[in-house]
Order: sequence, then structure tokens, then C-alpha cells
Amino acid sequence: MANFLARRFFSSIISVIGATLAIFILIQFHSDPRELFVPDSGWGISQEQWDNLGERLGLNDPLWKQYTTWIGRTLRGDLGISLARDRAVTDLIKGKIGATVQLAIGGWIFAILLGIPLGVLAAVKRGTFWDYFGRSIAIVGQAAPPFVTALVAIWIFAVILGWFPAGGRSPEFNWKEYVLPCVALGWGAAASLMRLTRSSMLEVLDSEYIRLARAKGVGWNWVIYKHALRNALIAPVTSALLVFSGWLNGALVVEIVFAWPGIGYDALYRAVNDNDFPLLLGTVFIFILIYLVFATLADIAYTLIDPRVRISGTKA
Amino acid sequence: MATSDTPREFEHVDSSTIETPLHSLEVKRSFIGKIWWVMRRYPVLPGFILIVLVIAAIIGPTVAPYERDIGIVGDRHLGILKTSNCLLDADWNPPYARSDWVDYGDGPKAPFKCDEPRYGLWPTGFHLLGADHVGRDVFTRVLHGARISMQVVMVSLFLGMFVGVSLGMISGYYGGIIDEVITRIVDIWYAMPFLMVALIVVLIFGRGLTVLLFVLALISWTAFVRVIRAQIMVLKQMDYIAAARVTGASDFRIMFKHLLPGIMNTAIVVGTLSTSGLILAESVLSFVGAGIQPPTPAWGVMTNEGRDYLTIAPHQVLVPSAAIFGVVVSLNFLGDWLRDRLDPILRQID
Repeated sequence: MANFLARRFFSSIISVIGATLAIFILIQFHSDPRELFVPDSGWGISQEQWDNLGERLGLNDPLWKQYTTWIGRTLRGDLGISLARDRAVTDLIKGKIGATVQLAIGGWIFAILLGIPLGVLAAVKRGTFWDYFGRSIAIVGQAAPPFVTALVAIWIFAVILGWFPAGGRSPEFNWKEYVLPCVALGWGAAASLMRLTRSSMLEVLDSEYIRLARAKGVGWNWVIYKHALRNALIAPVTSALLVFSGWLNGALVVEIVFAWPGIGYDALYRAVNDNDFPLLLGTVFIFILIYLVFATLADIAYTLIDPRVRISGTKA
Repeated sequence: MATSDTPREFEHVDSSTIETPLHSLEVKRSFIGKIWWVMRRYPVLPGFILIVLVIAAIIGPTVAPYERDIGIVGDRHLGILKTSNCLLDADWNPPYARSDWVDYGDGPKAPFKCDEPRYGLWPTGFHLLGADHVGRDVFTRVLHGARISMQVVMVSLFLGMFVGVSLGMISGYYGGIIDEVITRIVDIWYAMPFLMVALIVVLIFGRGLTVLLFVLALISWTAFVRVIRAQIMVLKQMDYIAAARVTGASDFRIMFKHLLPGIMNTAIVVGTLSTSGLILAESVLSFVGAGIQPPTPAWGVMTNEGRDYLTIAPHQVLVPSAAIFGVVVSLNFLGDWLRDRLDPILRQID
């Protein structure tokens, strides 16, 4: 276990360094970040101001020095200053990440509450209405991109029925605002969780020990809860942890559609549009960090839930 | 029976007298039951949808009833199955209107003479799927969108397939440090949220079709590497590879003459399975504004343009959304079917 964690830690560091370094190098191909401060007319900035800006942003240093400075500052918890908004990137991200985490947790709960029970139901009542119902939910979830789910949900529940607001997030908590974004975000994950639960449940129900339990006279419900469910839930639980990490794609789209002031929309998307590279680097760094933490957690959870799995030193 | 000197026993058995469960099942099926059986066994509906898509992509833009990017001002937000407003209001269609007009908005003019049907099949001024917020025909734009989607996905898929299959073969065949490096890169790449990668690439290289193709190829190649590598590692242990090596074949020759045919099935299956993902990725990128740029009517672009008018003209969102959804569902079904037919081993990887 310790060996595995050490390896994991090492390769995580390589991933973070590789990703941020790649962005650093790629930014060299792009126009000078100072051009953000030049008005559209091309006039209005003097040579000294231009040079001072370069000095302040450290653009005169060689690439490796810029990178090591960035790493050093990051390790001290300082991600630099946003060019477009003239605020510390750390503060910006801190202010926005709460909304995204709330959205992610809401979507996660929805995905688990819909996906796992439906998967169990579809497997136990195989070939009946519930099976087809669950499978069609999964088909829709896998084929509809998040923005389609989101817009159709808005159309039905906000425009026609008027049950929930169409978007936005007010400072005080209002549960109605969370329903549609969480459903739109969670549906895809619910679909994959449902498929996974169904197939692993079917596999377990087909096994010898279930037949033995039935043969010795255990009731069907008891067999399902006591014998089948615990073994069948190994894969879905691991995957449910990993879902969080794959969440960022969907979160960005959902945040755009619902005008949700989270990190995806307000930090990453704006950073790209504003050409704000300290903010971009900071967001990417945070994103990759979140992914790696959850991927490691999922691996650890896997061994804790299923004692048969032994983490070896071999590659994942 | 004159053709054979020694007639074998079983040739004389009348097959209808054999009572096997399978046989009797087949006989008892009703007509609707037969259709249902065929639909379950073969991807009929998905195949039909995809054939319609391909036909739409090939001939759609040339037979489309309206201009792609020029709207009729009076038809803004017109609903599904509606006829053009400019036919009802004489002002929209002055007799001096010409087909090459450009409307600068300073007067009630139609950009082209809209009571003149462009094709015999099409009723005058008729919008099958309505018109959008600048009066462009949604049906026409969906047809153009089909072609764009197909082109983008095809090119990027082959690009990704080429890179992915080559790297997978190299990685599986040589093993050792090369394998380690390639697998690591794939792992790291897998960890990246693709939308973030795409946005950064678009930030750096600018928006455009070439960049989009490149981005989509970047998304698709990893799936090939993993599966192909695993299969090559099995195949290279086979006797015929050893025989080829003994006869003096070079590595290059072994890979392309002897290993490539063995993995072609897998590559096709993985390609089909990742096509739907690529269509999704393309639509998401276009929706976010990092993919195809308006006024080019990719389905994601149309959805994004229509979402401001969801209250007054929901068809602007629903029609392109339904197109994306239908195509992706069909591709998923077809991919699953193809996988079960061509490569049952892959089932376990999913």
C-alpha cells in the first residue's frame, strides 16, 4: 500500500509538471500576454509601460526561470495575479470553487440516487418494464450531451411548467435553483452507473453462491440484499468516486447554460476568452489536482471495499 | 441426385420433420413478431437513421430549399410546419425583389424573391422545421450541419485512428521503455478533462476548422492505443509471427504485413464506438464557442444560438438537439452491435 501510494504520488507530480509545463511552452507560441492591456486601437501604451509590464510579469526571464518561479510561488499557495481582473488568482478561485463544488455534489447525489437503485432494479427484474425503463434512461443519458439535457430540462420544467428557475444562483440558498443544473450534470453519470450496476448485478446473480443461497432456502429479497448487492456494488462505488474527476467537462457546459458562477465558467472559460494566462494556469493546476486526488481515492476505496484486489507495484 | 455416386444419409431427411425448439419457435412467430425479432437482432432503426444522415450529408446541401446563411426577415422565429410570412404580407415581397439582394435592414425587403419555389418538390415558402432568429430555414441548416458533422468527425477519426493504431502497435510490439513511455503519456492524457485541453489549444492556436480537427484527433487517439496495444501483445506471441521473423522479415514488415490485418477488426470497432463520442465532443465544443464558428451551421452552434429564444421558439433548440441525440444513439447501437459481431472479446473491456 505504501509502495503504491508512493508510486502514485510520484506519477501525480509528473502529471502536474507535464501539464503545466506544456501550457507554459504552448503559450510561447501565442501572442504576448501584454497585448491584453493594449486598447483595440493599438495606441495608448508607452514603451516604458510595456517594458514595466514585462518586468512585472517576468516575461524577460528565460522560460525555465519563469516556470520555476511559478512552481515556487504555487508551492507557497500563491498562483499569481489575474491579468484581466487584477486580483489574486487564489482569491478568484477560492471565491468561485464553492459554487462548483455544490453543483458537483448535487449532481453526484442525483447520479447515485438514480443510477444505482435503477441498475439493481433492472437486473433483478430483468426483461420487465423496469429493465427497459432503466435501460432507456441510460441510453438517453449516454447519448445526450449535457447542454441538450440542460436545455430540454429548462424548456420543460422552467418554460412550460414553471416549476424551477431557468438559471442563476442567488446569494442565499434556494434549493429550486439547484434541481435543474444537478439533474443536467448528473444524468450522464447516472447512465453509466446504472449500466455498470446492472451488468455487475446480473453477473453476481448468475453465480454459484447465489444459487447455493437460494438452494438452502434463503428468501429472494434476503439473497439480493445480503448476498448479491454487496458484491455487485464494488464496481459502481469505485466508478462513482471517479465520476467526480470526469465531472469538469460537464460542469463547464452546465455552468455556461445555467449562468452558474462557478470555477468552470467564471474562471476557466473567462480566462480563455480574456487570454488571461495566470488565471488559466491556476485553474488547470487546480483541475488536475482535483482529478488526481479523486483517482487515488478511488483506487484506495477499491482495495478497502474488495479485499480480493491487491494493489501491486505494476502500472495501473 | 445424379451428381453424387454415394448419397449420404442425412440428405434424405426432410428438414421439416425435425422438431427442434428453435425450429418450432421460428415457425410460430407472427408477422409483427418477426419484425420485432429482426429489429432486436439487427440495428434496423439505427441503420436507417445513419443512412438518412449520410444521404443528407451528401446531397442535402444541394437540394436544401433555402439559403444557408441568408434569412428572410419576416420569417423570424417561425414555428415548425409554417409557411413564410412574406407570402402573407405583400410588403415583404415587393415585385421588384431580386434573388441576389442583400438586406441591410433599412426597409422591409426579402433577401430573395420568396414566393418563387426553388425546387418543384417544395411548397412555396414552406419551413418544414421552422425558421430561426434571423429567419433562416432550420431544415436547410440541419442538412448543412449533417455534412459538417460528418466531415469533421471523419477526418479527425482517421487522424486519431492513424496515430492511435501506430502508437499502439509500436508500444505493444517493442515493449520495454518505449511501451512504458507511451502508456504513461496515454494515462496522463486520459486524466485531462478534454474540454479544458480543447479550450487551451483553441486559445493558443485560434479558432478554426483545422484547429478543431486537430483537437478532436487529440481526443480520439488514446482509445486506440490501449486496445491495440493489448491485442498486439497477444498476437506477437503467435507462431506465425515467429515464423515470419525466422524467414528474415523486418520489424516494419511484420507489423504491417502480419500484425495489421489481425487488428483491423478491433480498430474498426473502436472507431465506430468512438465516433459517437467525437460527435458529442464536436457539438459540445461548437456549443461552447471553441469549435465551428457561426454562421456555419454546426448542430452545436445552432443549439447555442437558439437557447436565448427558448421561450418563444423552442424548435430552434429542439431540432438540432434531436439531430445530435438521434445520431449519437444510432451510432452507439451500431457500435455495440458491430462489437458483438466482429470482436466479442472487446465486450469485456467495456
